[in-house]
Amino acid sequence: MSTERLIEVPRARVKVRRSTHSPIFTIIGALVLVCLLTVAPWIVPAQFATTLTNFFILVIMATMWNLLAGYAGMVSIGQQAFVGLGAYATLYFAIKGLNPFVAIPFAALVCAALAVPITYLLFRLRGGYFSIATWVVSDTALLIIGTIAVLGGGTGRTMPGLQNLSPGETAHFSYLATWFVALIVVTGTYVLLRSRTGLVLASIRDNEVAARSAGVNVRAARRSIFVIAAAGCGAAGAVLAISQPFIQPSNEFNLQWAAEMLFVSMIGGLGTIEGPIIGSIIFFVLQQSLQQQGAWYLIIVGALAVVIALWQPRGLWGAFRDRFHTELLPVGHWVEPGESGP
Amino acid sequence: MIWLNIVIQGALVGGFYALFACGLSLMFGVLKVINLAHGDMAVVAGYVAVFLSPRLHIPGLWSFLVVVPLFALLGYVVQRTVIQKSIDRDPFTTLLVTFGLSVVIENLLLEMYSANGQSINIGSLIGESWHPASIIYISYVSLAVLAAAVLVLLALQLFLSKSGIGRLIRAVADDQEAAQLSGANYRHVFGIAAAIAFATVALAGIAYGMMTQFAPTSGGVNLLFAFEVVVIGGIGSLWGTLVGGIALGIAQQFGAHINLSYQILAGNILFLAVLAVRPQGLFGRRSSLA
Amino acid sequence: MSAALLEVESLTVHHGQLCAIDDVSFTQRQGEVLAVVGANGAGKSTLLRTIAGLHRPTSGCVRLDGKDINDLSVSRRVALGISLVPEGRRLFSSMTLEENLQVGAYHANPGPFDIKRVYELFDWMPGRRKQSVWQLSGGEQQAVAIGRALVANPRVLLLDELSLGLAPIIIEKIYALVPEILAQGVSILIVEQDVSQGVSAADRVHCLLEGRTSMTGTPAELTSEEIDRAYFGAGLVAPAVTSGVVE
Repeated sequence: MSTERLIEVPRARVKVRRSTHSPIFTIIGALVLVCLLTVAPWIVPAQFATTLTNFFILVIMATMWNLLAGYAGMVSIGQQAFVGLGAYATLYFAIKGLNPFVAIPFAALVCAALAVPITYLLFRLRGGYFSIATWVVSDTALLIIGTIAVLGGGTGRTMPGLQNLSPGETAHFSYLATWFVALIVVTGTYVLLRSRTGLVLASIRDNEVAARSAGVNVRAARRSIFVIAAAGCGAAGAVLAISQPFIQPSNEFNLQWAAEMLFVSMIGGLGTIEGPIIGSIIFFVLQQSLQQQGAWYLIIVGALAVVIALWQPRGLWGAFRDRFHTELLPVGHWVEPGESGP
Repeated sequence: MIWLNIVIQGALVGGFYALFACGLSLMFGVLKVINLAHGDMAVVAGYVAVFLSPRLHIPGLWSFLVVVPLFALLGYVVQRTVIQKSIDRDPFTTLLVTFGLSVVIENLLLEMYSANGQSINIGSLIGESWHPASIIYISYVSLAVLAAAVLVLLALQLFLSKSGIGRLIRAVADDQEAAQLSGANYRHVFGIAAAIAFATVALAGIAYGMMTQFAPTSGGVNLLFAFEVVVIGGIGSLWGTLVGGIALGIAQQFGAHINLSYQILAGNILFLAVLAVRPQGLFGRRSSLA
Repeated sequence: MSAALLEVESLTVHHGQLCAIDDVSFTQRQGEVLAVVGANGAGKSTLLRTIAGLHRPTSGCVRLDGKDINDLSVSRRVALGISLVPEGRRLFSSMTLEENLQVGAYHANPGPFDIKRVYELFDWMPGRRKQSVWQLSGGEQQAVAIGRALVANPRVLLLDELSLGLAPIIIEKIYALVPEILAQGVSILIVEQDVSQGVSAADRVHCLLEGRTSMTGTPAELTSEEIDRAYFGAGLVAPAVTSGVVE
């Protein structure tokens, strides 16, 4: 009988380091890209700037949806609530005389503030019931906004405060606004995920029960992510309302926003920063090339998302990363053994 | 008399909502899956009925005799392929996949049939109603749908409690592993539950097409109502579905009475109020909230 | 010596990265009571669940009548005659006592047991057959769980931690059924944390320690000290370590 086996606890020191290689190339590349995208409207034709605006609106939304679902495990199909509320908050501030561009951060704040009480209702449900309840919230917001005459009611109205700008200037400025919001949202998400919160979210995602027993306040973490995502989608709604300045409930609160956020994140890869951006690129290429074919781009993108969810749940970027072991924007931590101590 | 009419009309619509919701409730109860394409399946059933009834020379009224079995079969197949595949991944994936399917179905229908409304032709029956008092008109079609809902719920109740396979369905819902240990092939049981759910949703879709017009986008709205019914009535309670349906119907009629644009809003507000005050629903157990 | 019924060969099972069962082999013969004992976390339940088909082994195989059943689903294994009474009883909580037995009988093999026979085995059951199972006591629930497995007419009955959470007198009553079940031609594989219970009922004992076989033999061959060593691991048993300090 050989049962002698004592448990030996190694007293090794461990080093915790950030994943992957030195980020210097990534940083330089990112800076070049940021400069290029900032000067883009001076270089590219005007209608291309509009396309880029729409692209970055999608990037903002998808990044926020990815934060919700990919990192905090909340499948919301009602994020269009905050897109719409952000748009209407901007409209309200503009009616009150504020410059719509200045109103963008305030619209985001309004959405964050509204999101707090909403979480107290929504968090009573879990899983799929949570998902549909987010949709009910969005539907309710749409119906309530539709009854407010000063905001244009059900038929909509034009954003004031933009009349003294030429259409070209509006396109130009709304591109810049959208691009800066996207930059802030993506960088902010990156910083958030590299912070302690990112670690907390990863622990919840891996094992909620274990995270809870390790002292993580799961509910509070989820709540703050929901509020942040609401603010982000609110900002997206604000720039949407400026770039397409006729504001109508059925457009701003369109379920299609949720569908696009979801598809783009799924295709690119949930739970990565890069995924939603790559998904947005694929989405836009498909949308632009199938422009003449009506809703077919949405059918193809949706089918692609379903196929990816079933057979490649880490998305295209996830698959790519698994194969080549590379990350552009690493958020992970690696524990390596250091020299053994006494 | 106005109030009585609100209650009666609400109850009539409520029967339809219950019919629509019981499949959703069954799918969740047994498979723990929320089928976000549930509403779209009903719309597809409506289109299939419109497509088939002239070709097979069946009157619209009886089209369900063909479409319902067809959908039961479809439910079994879809479950054993796509839904089972997503369940095997995780519950999260089932949401993404069914939502994706919902959007794909909706847009495919839009491409094929345009956004114009369609309805199932049942001849002059649509306009006929019983007129018991001054302002109260009870449409025969709505009454038939309410009766169908009650019959379906009764049949489901009997099937689940008295038949062997019904007991297996409940066993799988209670404890999937223990059911397997009792010899149940849970995938097959899931398939049967999905077949029943699809059959009821097809019936609901056809009822909808008889009562009013449907369009490719009708699925989403009806899924919302069905979901509200399930939460109001209590998740996992069969008869709660009927009560929830009637409660939602009355709330909507009441809203419409105040202002036509408040119809859906009133239902949403009832739902949110139930969520705030009694999240387990009127007939639900607290434990089934998860 | 009768023929081998259930063979476990070099079975290794992982839960994620954790190795729960490490290269375990044994043979259960027809008409035999085999007890697998071991401390908490020794891998006993994992072993039974793997035999029943609820876990996939990393390597090794399970054979019934010499045929490899590794690729069969849980329900196929029930049809071949492997029934597990799971730990914690796992009754269908929305159902009555009788409905629980009916579920067990739905896919039953032909054989001596049916609901009527179970009612004879547990004479208190007929009077309470319409009761919800959550109204029953722990011991009664355990009896229903055994009955639910028996009505499927298994060839080998796997019993996981029967005694868990039950009073000694109840445990004794339940173990008193073992000879009766055996007499109907059903072999029994018992998993127990309670060594004395497992050993006294068994023809042979198999002891697991941290997922490995630490000892095997008949109860007559083994001293209680040997069993203790195999159960807890050498050097950790109080009588064997006079100084009380573990090196």
